[in-house]
Amino acid sequence: MIYAQLLWSFFQIGLFSIGGGYASMPLIQHQVMDVHPWLTMTQFADIMTIAEMTPGPIAINAATFVGIRVAGIPGAVVATAGCVLPSCCIVMALAYVYYRYRGLDTVKGILAALRPAVVAMIASAGISLVILAFYGQRTLPKDLGGINYISVALFGVSLFVLRRFRVKPIYVMVGAGALGTLASLFI
Amino acid sequence: MKREKGVYGKLFISTLKLSAGTFGGGFVIVPLMREKFVTELRWIDEQEMLDLIAIAESSPGAIAVNASILVGYHVAGCLGALLAVLGTVLPPLVIISVISGFYGVVRDNAIVNTAMTCMLAGVAAVICDVVLTMGAGVLRERRLLYPAIMVLSFIAVRFLNVNIIAVILVCAAIGAADTVLRRHGGQIHRKAVRRP
Repeated sequence: MIYAQLLWSFFQIGLFSIGGGYASMPLIQHQVMDVHPWLTMTQFADIMTIAEMTPGPIAINAATFVGIRVAGIPGAVVATAGCVLPSCCIVMALAYVYYRYRGLDTVKGILAALRPAVVAMIASAGISLVILAFYGQRTLPKDLGGINYISVALFGVSLFVLRRFRVKPIYVMVGAGALGTLASLFI
Repeated sequence: MKREKGVYGKLFISTLKLSAGTFGGGFVIVPLMREKFVTELRWIDEQEMLDLIAIAESSPGAIAVNASILVGYHVAGCLGALLAVLGTVLPPLVIISVISGFYGVVRDNAIVNTAMTCMLAGVAAVICDVVLTMGAGVLRERRLLYPAIMVLSFIAVRFLNVNIIAVILVCAAIGAADTVLRRHGGQIHRKAVRRP
């Protein structure tokens, strides 16, 4: 039963994440935290951090991580298979359609309308992560004073470095981790 | 198409290596795949590869997985597609399985805990950077429809707790309706030509 739930959840993630990478993040969050009690917000943030540091697509990394926690190695395999299955069917079908009727206007129109929605969803999930980084919990606390100043500083510096110098994300994250750990040892 | 000897093995090993060595997701792996399959192995010509990438990026799912399905299928049929997917999926599957094995033990360590919290600040910044770049792209659109979709979707997801999948389906329907309306208005002409 748990295998069927894993398969179905990650099938939906695979089916509805359009635009790759970060687009799957809000869907994963929805499935593993809201629909099923599989991960806490901290664990979800951890898997996003691990996924950024290891090779492979975010959705596949998350599928493996969630699957193995919920139902061991078979769970990981089932979740990964579920994640890949929609791609296999849809990509093949689209390739066929594409070669027959090049440049479908309706497909282009749908994709153009989906892109802004995807940006909005990533923004919403990103805000959850920012709140978690600053306050250690998913939603804003009533008392806004309990903010983690080291995290705020690291966030500010990271964002500046990313926007100004286009540094690779992996270096920013490892740098933030190293700098913050050193700072917390001395403060 | 005549298949060269050992094409299955070469395809599997190529996708395995590409997946294991690529950090940063779809937009990083795609140029590397182009390098490997177009320039090095000469299995696919340049124009074909651009088409395949366009399909991979506009289909649901991970871009790296989609691209490897297309390359595998193009090179060696359905079995090729299957092998290419296996090659792409195995490295993250194995690496994350190993990491999650000692994740529980390591996560409770105070220093690891601090490092993860600090790295999260970095991850949050990376995601904000992505949102700023993509959001600016949407705001630059000539048509008001797209920024409107972005703002309304954000309100629906963030404040009204509307189901994400429902938002995606509604936006897809809006996109389809918009295309049909514009076609009737004569703003786009039927360009799709059926290939002989």
